[in-house]
Amino acid sequence: MSAEPAPSGPTGGITRDEVAHLARLARLAVTDAELDVFAGQLEVILGAVARVGEVTAEDIPPTSHAVPLQNVFRPDERRPGLDQEQALAGAPAAEDGRFRVPQILGEEA
Amino acid sequence: MSATDLTRLSAADLAGKIHSREISAVEVAQAHLDRIAAVDDTVHAFLHVAGEAALASAAMVDERLAAGTAPASPLAGVPLALKDVFTTVDMPTTAGSKILEGWRPPYDATVTARLRAAGITILGKTNMDEFAMGSSTEYSAYGPTRNPWDTNRVPGGSGGGSAAALAAFEAPLAIGTDTGGSIRQPAAFTGTVGVKPTYGGVSRYGLIACASSLDQGGPCARTVLDAALLHEVIGGWDDRDSTSIDKPVPSVVDAARIGAAGDLSGLRVGVVRELGGEGYQPGVRSSYEDALRQLEKLGAELVEVSCPHFEYGLAAYYLILPSEVSSNLARFDAMRYGLRVDVGASAEEVMAATREAGFGPEAKRRIILGTYALSSGYYDAYYGQAQKVRTLISRDFAAAFEQVDVLVSPTTPTTAFPIGDKVDDPLAMYLNDLATIPTNLAGTAALSVPSGLADGLPVGLQVMAPALGEAVMYRVGAAYEAARNAEDGGPVISRVPEVSA
Repeated sequence: MSAEPAPSGPTGGITRDEVAHLARLARLAVTDAELDVFAGQLEVILGAVARVGEVTAEDIPPTSHAVPLQNVFRPDERRPGLDQEQALAGAPAAEDGRFRVPQILGEEA
Repeated sequence: MSATDLTRLSAADLAGKIHSREISAVEVAQAHLDRIAAVDDTVHAFLHVAGEAALASAAMVDERLAAGTAPASPLAGVPLALKDVFTTVDMPTTAGSKILEGWRPPYDATVTARLRAAGITILGKTNMDEFAMGSSTEYSAYGPTRNPWDTNRVPGGSGGGSAAALAAFEAPLAIGTDTGGSIRQPAAFTGTVGVKPTYGGVSRYGLIACASSLDQGGPCARTVLDAALLHEVIGGWDDRDSTSIDKPVPSVVDAARIGAAGDLSGLRVGVVRELGGEGYQPGVRSSYEDALRQLEKLGAELVEVSCPHFEYGLAAYYLILPSEVSSNLARFDAMRYGLRVDVGASAEEVMAATREAGFGPEAKRRIILGTYALSSGYYDAYYGQAQKVRTLISRDFAAAFEQVDVLVSPTTPTTAFPIGDKVDDPLAMYLNDLATIPTNLAGTAALSVPSGLADGLPVGLQVMAPALGEAVMYRVGAAYEAARNAEDGGPVISRVPEVSA
């Protein structure tokens, strides 16, 4: 396992190694060429979005949903979901009424 | 009426003629399918055209009318183009991405179901930036859509297909989604009308998620009244969307009709100081100033208001959106649906190879950005801080709406730009959304209505309303539209050139 790349501070700098690490976390097998392009572009974007730090907001509560609703429940009544055939209809591979997938947690370098 | 004439009519007019049985829904559907066949090789608004199904649906409407049954809705029999981000059991749904190429959903979206129940003829699915991320439709995995006003230019995005279909007269109605401006900006670029309802106003069940706290489906049309009619079909509470608002749909059709009478006396219109000044194309600014004068002539009182945190909107948005996207797009893992690239022995390797092959560059950028913004050590400074800015923007709106009934601005800083101009410059692309983003962050409502042309290209006026305040927004939009049309001798869209190959 490679060492964790040194994190950059929240000032906009993002290294190529960091982009590679994030891509691994996000399960994206980016190419070397993409890493070069993305690192540059993300650096520019991060520089722009870091502006949010300019706003004094210590006592401001965060908003995750602008039109907030609470405790949206429905009666606990059964209703039909997808049947097995429907659920498997888009499967890349299916067998015996199940999704057929490659082994989980294979050996990673 | 000739087929060409049918494609130039508004949805309201078509509905009237179909319901009085002057023409059949099948004739109308066929006329639009013929139009699509004639121009869509050039425009590329559609990813899928459902000819047989559309004609069958139209035939059923005709049968029911012939039997004396009342029309299923005021829009029964009228054709519509549906953004390919809503699930449809009988048509592929790709969200503009290779990762869902050919995917057939096992269920209809609520919006889809409501359109069908209303007797609307769904002509097909329209092109879009992949997973609704983009402002030009150039990030579609299936090729760009071209702006009918100038086929070397973009129609806007992410809903460029829906807007272009309207402007090319391929459909009188369309459905889009708006997360940061993806309905309104294409409307501005194509001389059409586009509405972002209040967050929670239109069900997101079956809407392939981009950013769950920002996404909102909405009506697109060539007139404000048509948009209002469509709004009333698709809007309203849905018990399958826990973010949907359990209140009646605002009476937007009534509001549009009242507005068209042209009296805005007593209405206070807020001109947002932070939107519409520097950085906006001169032709856009002069069209906007003209619109402001028009609103005053209609009796509105213009009030300058300041929304100081709007200038942080873009930064907050491009942190919140990628964060939510990185989470929402994690479901595309090659296991249960969509593309699978069988490279590697483990599930993780297959996932990584599949997502690499199936996602385009903008999707990847935003996933990586979101993963970064949410990661430990950066969460507070980026995502956490962006959420606080979001609160401040909501407060800016609330304060403004205490002084005025609606806010206005130009919809976009520029008119439609040439294809290829910004596709390699993400930040330049993001600037398209300057004026539209604050509304999505606050969850309030807004629409874009054509305000004229600048160097032959359409300009849009944005009207913003408080949450659930759509009625006043439609009233202002309709009043302004009527006044604009009267002054120009016809709607802006009537000046669109014939689509050139």
